Amino acid sequence: MVEFLLPKDSRVRKTGITYKAPGGATNIKKFKVYRYNPDAGENPRIDTYEVDLDTCGPMVLDAIIKIKNEQDSTLTFRRSCREGVCGSCAMNIDGTNTLACTKPIDEIKGDVKIFPLPHMPVVKDLVPDLNLTYSQYRDIEPWLKADTAAPNQERLQSEADRAKLDGLWECILCFCCQTSCPSYWWNSERYLGPAVLLQAYRWLADSRDEAKEERLEALEDPFRLYRCHTIMNCTMACPKGLNPGKAIAEIKKLQLERRG
Amino acid sequence: MKAGNRPLSPHLEAYRMLPNMVLSITHRFTGVGLGVGALFLTYWLTAAAYGPEAFARAQSLMGSWFGILCLLGFSGCLFYHLCNGVRHLIWDTGRLLSKEELKFSAFVTVGAAGALTLITWIAGFAMGGG
Repeated sequence: MVEFLLPKDSRVRKTGITYKAPGGATNIKKFKVYRYNPDAGENPRIDTYEVDLDTCGPMVLDAIIKIKNEQDSTLTFRRSCREGVCGSCAMNIDGTNTLACTKPIDEIKGDVKIFPLPHMPVVKDLVPDLNLTYSQYRDIEPWLKADTAAPNQERLQSEADRAKLDGLWECILCFCCQTSCPSYWWNSERYLGPAVLLQAYRWLADSRDEAKEERLEALEDPFRLYRCHTIMNCTMACPKGLNPGKAIAEIKKLQLERRG
Repeated sequence: MKAGNRPLSPHLEAYRMLPNMVLSITHRFTGVGLGVGALFLTYWLTAAAYGPEAFARAQSLMGSWFGILCLLGFSGCLFYHLCNGVRHLIWDTGRLLSKEELKFSAFVTVGAAGALTLITWIAGFAMGGG
């Protein structure tokens, strides 16, 4: 359902806390971060942290780790690999979804605004509840399906067939694209979303998979697949440079070919 | 989707309006504009069928500054929706979907829609004299 305004209990309060940089800092950048504490019984708010860039690493993740270490240990976010491989630190930075660990601070003009991934239930601060999205991922059955007897070795592929998976297997499931999509915002209960559909295509494009018909049948639905209206926020957002919008277009083409 | 007591994270207010988003929502708005414009067109045709007096009234309405403004909007909607519709058709073949192509085709779409609207009006005034 399209609801342009946030529910009452989700609206961001204007009053937040400002944490000053230590005296003597000359190269200060302000980080305005979405805060929500489930134990406080209050609406979310924006806190401002003044960070001394002269003593901070180059990436946005470096800054929020510095904030957590030195200014406010209650700031909560997910992070792990710090090199764009795990997908944990996906968040909305400077208006677009990306990974905090691969987003350089100096690419951002003015204050750095940080929100959790958009239109998701918030567990705490920058940590969204991803259960629905994971269950949608489970729904497309992301594993190799084959009825033919297993060979005594690996199921082989030609180099050309293997190349068809490039641009698909690299997805780290950070859900930057998923939560950038307005169609997904308004229809997340029924539309699978760009990340899950890119994964669906990853199995459709696999020469070793034998369940194409079954997979396409499951996707043939006005909402699950066809809620994609080619807004293309997904492709613009992907921090790995992948193209979920194109993967969805390829699934639509397969559906057409199937119907003949 | 909201879940239990958890707040929903900001979306429209947090997301930067990227050019691709603007073009997409404009496609919708111009689609609505075409619907409204079709009503005007129907009125004009009905008036012509109704008789000379009714048609003269319709003509004077269409020729007023308000009528011209509406027709300008209608033609703008038509050409934008047409050009972006062609872009959608190309997308449906799996082409023109890379980041660079998206930006480039956005420029072409807006430029072509603007140019076609302009040409139509220049031609209209040149031939009909307003």
